[in-house]
This record gives sequence, structure tokens and C-alpha cells, in this order.
Amino acid sequence: MRPFKDLTAPACPLPIPNIDTDQLIPARFMRRPRSEGYGAFLFHDLRVEADGTKRDFPLNDPAHARCEVIVARRNFGCGSSREAAVYALADFGIRTVIAPSFGDIFASNAVKNGLLPAQVTEEDAERLLSAGAMVAERPVTVDLESQTIVAGNLVVPFTIDPVWKKQLLNGWDDIDLTFGQSVEIERFCAQDRQARPWAAPSVP
Amino acid sequence: MTERVPATLIDKLWNTHAVAMREDGQTLLFIDRHILHEGSFHAFNQLKDRGARLARPDLTFGIADHYVPTRAASTAANPEAAGMIEQLARNARDYGFLSFGQFDPRQGIVHVAMPEQGLTVPGVLLVCGDSHTSTHGAFGAYAFGIGASEVAHVLMTQTLWQKRPKRMRISVEGTLPPGIGAKDIALTIIATIGADGAQGHAIEYAGSAIRALSMEGRMTLCNLSIEAGGRLGMIAPDETTYAFLRGRPFVPKGDAFEQAVEDWRHLQTDADARFDREVTLDAAAIAPTVTWGTTPEQAAAITSAIPDPDQVADANKAQAMREALRYMDLRPGQPISDIRIDRVFIGSCTNSRIEDLRAAASILNGRRSRVPGLVSAGSANIKRQAEEEGLDRIFRDAGLEWGESGCSMCVGMNGDTVPAGERCASTTNRNFKGRQGPGSRTHLMSPTMAAAAAVTGHLTDVRRLQAE
Repeated sequence: MRPFKDLTAPACPLPIPNIDTDQLIPARFMRRPRSEGYGAFLFHDLRVEADGTKRDFPLNDPAHARCEVIVARRNFGCGSSREAAVYALADFGIRTVIAPSFGDIFASNAVKNGLLPAQVTEEDAERLLSAGAMVAERPVTVDLESQTIVAGNLVVPFTIDPVWKKQLLNGWDDIDLTFGQSVEIERFCAQDRQARPWAAPSVP
Repeated sequence: MTERVPATLIDKLWNTHAVAMREDGQTLLFIDRHILHEGSFHAFNQLKDRGARLARPDLTFGIADHYVPTRAASTAANPEAAGMIEQLARNARDYGFLSFGQFDPRQGIVHVAMPEQGLTVPGVLLVCGDSHTSTHGAFGAYAFGIGASEVAHVLMTQTLWQKRPKRMRISVEGTLPPGIGAKDIALTIIATIGADGAQGHAIEYAGSAIRALSMEGRMTLCNLSIEAGGRLGMIAPDETTYAFLRGRPFVPKGDAFEQAVEDWRHLQTDADARFDREVTLDAAAIAPTVTWGTTPEQAAAITSAIPDPDQVADANKAQAMREALRYMDLRPGQPISDIRIDRVFIGSCTNSRIEDLRAAASILNGRRSRVPGLVSAGSANIKRQAEEEGLDRIFRDAGLEWGESGCSMCVGMNGDTVPAGERCASTTNRNFKGRQGPGSRTHLMSPTMAAAAAVTGHLTDVRRLQAE
């Protein structure tokens, strides 16, 4: 996993609450192999009309074509557990989403793909979303170590689970660490078979 | 003697599965059941990339549900969907785990068919790459949805690192009025606490109205925990639970089952245990509830009118309401029971169990639907049972289509979608924009309310039809 330390890049405001993962990527695209890239599916139905014409949506604005940061309202990434929602963001080039709250599964999926879910207060989200703070040609800086966002004259703190912070900073995933626990896992299973004999599925 | 620390059921189940703990507080949890559907191909690709093996094929179960065709029209030609189903079957063969394929008599929607097989029992920790895995908490199991990277981690290790959630208890006390069910309770909870009201929390449902629910009702309620932002919901097991499970294919047999029940009786929250948050609802105050907007929190009683954004003090909330009303083509002040529908869908992991089908059939019996619609049983077994009971005839005679079991029109991945601009009375779980197909408009409600809407052609208080 690519580590995340800091980022200075254009940001796109999406002043919308409850952006669910069905909006991030409609279900019909999820059968595609990841190797083809998921960026074109990001917010597909909010960006594109049924007849193929582009809708009036912030990400369609050429000024936001190269954005790597999204600022949204509360409950970003709620709904379906589809990790494809994170693939779509990542493949589009988004590396940070700033919002007052996130769907739990989305945030977990994000971290596993090196995408930072930066949680700010409702007030700070509104400050960032307000016209003056984000100007397309002026990049926003997100610093994970100090947990701060700088947008023009505005400096706002963000929160992140300390475990996720460490994983993002180091580019770690859990799997190698878990393989190192194989003795503990075996010991657990041996004891558990005695303690909970009913936990194993009984073959019909 | 050490003093016993009072604990919640949530914590008891967590502690039972803790393999190891890291300095940073993350706990490695052992997974008793890992359930896979067609969407697991992303995770299997991660497994292949690492050249890893499947750790515990004996605890891994597959089922085809998201892409299976559920109506004659969709069976015709959908090679991409067929490929997804075949890919799961191939992974099951290659990695040696049991999978219920499209034509297996045990096939169904994962959250309907697995409990039906007795694979969900009290006290187990169960995960699946699907957010509605919270359903299985109805049995007193610790069950939550995970993403593809976590699915890959479980495939390779049969464990997951997790942070202990905060605990929330939602108590519903009293007796539900006639005609009100688990779906109405759930939508009322979500409208009350918000679509992110339980974020970061595990929920335990308690109270006399919850105890009175059947297993089907409990599954509906726990299923919708995720729509309130909670990653999992659970109900302590009781006689209702044991009666449902006794004799099911994968539960312990004979004395071993009775011994298991003795153990399961201990799976209760201690009387003096503390929760991080408590919410209490009065069952008697719950009305038939429907959604009018594009998030499940935009729900209201059928007897009310569409709320007016101009009366809402929070400017952001008002703006979101206006956008939802624009998408749904509704106006403030309009009585909800005036909303005309184009289509009805009865199915999904939320409401497709035998009790749901019986309830819908009780309204449709001897009546005609004014709109086209699809009824999709939650499993092949439920479909057979419904046919034995003659429910399929009631639906067909009413003019509705009687389909196969699968996720179907809830998510539209198999091609069964609601056409753009159409309004669907749906027993599903998400009224998100385009959820049932691009441009579709979804109103969530209970099976009896969907049946009542079918009969009248508009959203209707089912109690009116029940009184006739």
C-alpha cells in the first residue's frame, strides 16, 4: 500500500450529505475487473445523463478535473460495503475525503487503499465548503502527521483513528502482521473447540 | 473471589472471539463463519496475487444471490451476470468450500438462506462482504459487513483486526398496534436517530416489543441496523430463537443441540451493564412508516404529509430535503397517502421471508394490483413453501409476477431494475438515488404496505384495507 504522509492538491467541494456508495459507483459497474480502472465510474449517474451528456456536477467542471481532495457533508460513504466505491475514488485520483462523518465500512475500506478519510467538525466542513476557502487554482494541503488541513487562510484540524493514521503513514496492511500470529490463532482454536463445541457448523 | 464485571452481550461476544490484542488497542477476532457471494471475486484476486491459500474452507460458505436472474425476462440473456455466478462456483471448486449455486435447492439471498440452513447460530462471529450482514445478529450472533480487502484477510487468516465498537441499546417497549411490524420499527428508529445515528456503535435491540417479534421480524430489524449507521445489530437469543433453529441442517444434532441451548442461555446482557448510548421508543406510538426521500432517514408515518423544507431551521438539512423532493418529484405538504406508484417490489434480504410473503398475500388475497410488480422469495426453500401454501397463486391472481429468489430489484445487479422516472413501492432497504436502476424512485415500506399500495395504486394505510 502506498503510504500517505501529506498532500498538496486541488480540492473539489461536494456540499451534499449522506453520499452513499451507490452514488460513488452504481452497482452495475462492479462486475468489471479492477485492472481496467474504476475512475470513469466515479459518481457516474450524477455526472452523466442516460443519453451520455454531462450533467451539471462539480467533478465535471474542468476546474476540478485534477482534484485529489473532496470535501463533503456528513455521513459520506454510507450504505453498501462495496470497496469498489473506494476503487472509483482512488482510480479517479482522489487521495483524501474531508467530511464531518463517514460510513464505518467505507472509512475502513478507504484506509486499506491508502485513501485518507479526514474527519472535521460540521463547522469546519462548512468553512471549507464556503466560496472563499476553496478556489480551484489554489491547492489545499492535507498533513496527516499534524492532522491539519490548510486552504488559503483557513487552517482546520482533522481527526483520524490513531491506528489508521499509523497504517496510512507507513503504508502497512494487516496481513503480514496477522500471519505472524499463527501460533496464537492455533492456540485459540484448540481452546475454543472445548469451550464452544457448537460453534463449528455441523455437517448435515 | 474476583468480582464479576457486568458486561453487555456485545462485549461478551467480542471477548469470546479475541485471539490477540495489539498495543494500539486493535483486537484480532476469530471468525466462525465467512460467507461469500459473487462480489467476492475482488478478494479472491487479492488472494491469487499473494499466492495465498484459503485458511479455513470448513468455515467458508458461498451463495449466488446478487447476480442470479429472478424473472423470466432476465433469464434470457445476461452473459456478464452468468459469468459472475460461474466465477463464484469456480472459486468454490478451486479452494474447496461449499457453495450454494444458482440451481442448488438451498440457494437464496445470503441473509435469508444461511439462517434458514442453520448456519447462523447464537454466539458465533459471522462476516460477509455485504453491509446487510447485520441481519444475522437477530440470532444473538456478532455479525457485520466488510469490504473486499477485509474479505481477502479473512480468506487468508480466518481472523480480522477490529477496534471495539461503542455500545448502543435501542429498547422498544410495549405492544405494537395491529398492522405494525418490524419494518415500521426500523424505519421509525432511522428517522429518529438519523442515517448516521449509530455510527461507530454496535446496537443491541431490547424491550418487550422486540421480544415479541418472530425470527423473521428480528432479522428485518437487525438487517436495517446499517441504515442507521450501525455496523451491527443484535438481539439476545431466547425460546423463539431456539425454536427456529431446532432441526435445521447445519445446527448441532440431538443432545448436542440441547447442550448448545444451555450455553446460549448465558448470552444475555447483564442487568447492570452500561451502554454508551440508550434510545427508547414506545411501541404503541409507531405507525405504518414509509420513506419519501432518498435516504432511509427521510421517512414518515403514512398518515402524515411530506414535510416542508421551509419549516426546517437547519439550512443544510432543508437543502438536502429540497434536492430529495426534486428527485422524487414530490412537493411539501402533499399527503403521503396521495403518492401514486408505478410498480411494486416485494423481496430482498429485508423482507422476503415466509412471514413477509404471507403478510403481503393476506392483503392481496382476492384483490387485484393496479400496477405491475414482482414478488421474489428470499430463498428457493421459501419459494417452495409459499407455493405449497398457495401464496404464489394469490400473487399471480393479483396480477403480480412470481419470480425466483435473489437480490433482484433491490439493487438491480441482475438486470431487474425499475425504469427511469418510475416510482416503486418496495420492501427493500435503500431508497438511494438510482438504487433500483438509474432514475428510479423508491419508497421503502413493509410487505403489507407494499401490497396495499399495489391494490390502490397509491401509498395507502394498510389498516384501511385490513378493516374492510
